[in-house]
Amino acid sequence: MARKFIEKIVTANDLLQGDVIYFTKDNIWSRNHQDAIIAHTIEQANELLEKAEQQQDRIVGAYLSDVFLDEAQIASPLHFREIFRARGPSNYFHGKQTNI
Amino acid sequence: MYQYNQFDKHFVANRAKQFRSQVMRRLDGSLSEEEFRPLRLMNGLYLQLHAYMLRVAIPYGSLNSKQMHQLAYIANKYDKDYAHFTTRQNIQYNWPKLKDVPDILDDLAKVDMHAIQTSGNCIRNVTSDHFAGASIDEIADPRPSAELLRQYSTDHPQFQFLPRKFKIAISGSPNDRAVIKSHDIGLLMKYDESGNLGYEIYIGGGLGRSPFVGKLLKGFLPKADLLPYIEGIMVVYNLNGRRDNKYKARIKILVHENGIEKIKQEVEENFLIQKQNFKQPSDKLISAINERFKLPDFKQANIDNYKIELKQNAQFSNFIKNNISEHKNKDYSIISVSLKNIGETPGDATSKQMQILANLAKQYSHDELRISHEQNIILPHVHKSDLPKVFKELQKANLATNNIGLISDIIACPGMDYCSLATARSIPIAKQIAKHFNELNLEEEIGQLKLKISGCINACGHHHVGHIGILGLEKQGKESYQITLGGEENLSMNIGKRAGPGFSSDELLPAIKRLIEAYLSLRQNPDESFLASYKRLGEKPFINALYPKEEKANVA
Repeated sequence: MARKFIEKIVTANDLLQGDVIYFTKDNIWSRNHQDAIIAHTIEQANELLEKAEQQQDRIVGAYLSDVFLDEAQIASPLHFREIFRARGPSNYFHGKQTNI
Repeated sequence: MYQYNQFDKHFVANRAKQFRSQVMRRLDGSLSEEEFRPLRLMNGLYLQLHAYMLRVAIPYGSLNSKQMHQLAYIANKYDKDYAHFTTRQNIQYNWPKLKDVPDILDDLAKVDMHAIQTSGNCIRNVTSDHFAGASIDEIADPRPSAELLRQYSTDHPQFQFLPRKFKIAISGSPNDRAVIKSHDIGLLMKYDESGNLGYEIYIGGGLGRSPFVGKLLKGFLPKADLLPYIEGIMVVYNLNGRRDNKYKARIKILVHENGIEKIKQEVEENFLIQKQNFKQPSDKLISAINERFKLPDFKQANIDNYKIELKQNAQFSNFIKNNISEHKNKDYSIISVSLKNIGETPGDATSKQMQILANLAKQYSHDELRISHEQNIILPHVHKSDLPKVFKELQKANLATNNIGLISDIIACPGMDYCSLATARSIPIAKQIAKHFNELNLEEEIGQLKLKISGCINACGHHHVGHIGILGLEKQGKESYQITLGGEENLSMNIGKRAGPGFSSDELLPAIKRLIEAYLSLRQNPDESFLASYKRLGEKPFINALYPKEEKANVA
């Protein structure tokens, strides 16, 4: 049996600020994980990544990141590295957590 | 302190100007990220988890007060009012914005500093003993040699695209404080039987995924032959180092795969070729460098106030006991200022703290500061009569933590709180361990113990050479920590041995507690250090403490 596809989003870093950003349904980038457009199939994921990578003048290093969906279909990062990226460092109240 | 001449100034200013133009071209789309990346890395600019990171070189760990003030100014103006001192005597800014970096490089150039060759496959910042020029046990000040190597290796056209990065460390004391045997080249200054000054040379040391202890390449090299000999090594490495596999590209692998004898022979042959036509630095240049590292004009003053304070002030005398090292002038001391304040991030200093240290250096340490590979800051030349005043100022700035060499003086890399290569976090682990033993008031009781934490296999936190090493990895989607035991970092360098399966972040502190309890019950007397006990008893009792039988049974 084929493995169940794990939903994905596209993430990168902002060229100017270096901040973590997420690709949205409007083909723009958001600083907020919850704004990310979710790929439900591998085809969708690859298509999103390709679109995102066209914006090289705004981003650095786009890649696909696994998420899990809660009952309300809200996506959260799956891997602890992505949880830290979505939050900021644990030793200071810096980065994204200051805006949450 | 070395001061830039017109050539140095022009070179550094020009590089900053070039980088400004490269940033502009990246921003206007003329350069792709693929094209820009090597250019930014050549100027020390990384992209980490949450932001860019700028790594600035502090050549052989030496700074003057003006430079420290400027580092503080940059932290305040362009970053979040703090910076991180690293195990390679660099300083890192964790939050610069790309558009600001050219201005930061200009500001660095104003005080003869830069971020050149702090990344990439080139010869990196030459590191040295943080007590250089001050310690009583020193044979010769290693910094003039380090400065000569800096000038030789900076922008050397032949060595900008080596198979991999290349690190050189130099010690002027037989009590190696620069971990020379963990470097691609380690230099130990010594005299030969006829009283000539030169170097003992080690090659192929390194930590990272394949740790090796540096091997003896040459028992004695006369001082004047340093550059042609280094060039001999670099040519052998540049031509023969593996370029097919990044993980096998360091010189340690070349030495390991070919054997030290073959490398020795090739280096000797190449050295003789290099020496024939080598354009040696002029005597004028050598004496200009030496001139900059003369001993300061030591003052003479009565030290009775120091002796009285020692008797009357317990906090002061505890500080003196742990944070002071013996100076070559008997009325002076070397102060190690701990950047391991309990509960805070190892190696971090606020702009305010940097300014205070700069002021203290200016007033009390002949305008000199040093950064240690153990992520502490050194005031190398403090007259004993000034120690009580300096201590009071340090106390006020939250910089008088008296834990140098103790279990809470932990080296920790930035780990997954910042680093894009990390596989687990280091900082919270370091904070947790330091806080635990400090709260139990056990640090003094445990005594000398080097605990070092890396957040990935690249080993920036030197875990391989910690008496207790901790390596953060990922295991089944969670952070997991492997413990190594018995590592050692001086001339008897030894790679710590993995104790067994990793611990989750929740299990790690209890495991370290069991290990320390075992040590305290096993040691022959309070003077027997953890490492000495480990060497005497072997790993077994310590492994039994880490993995008690009932837990093993549960796992099974």
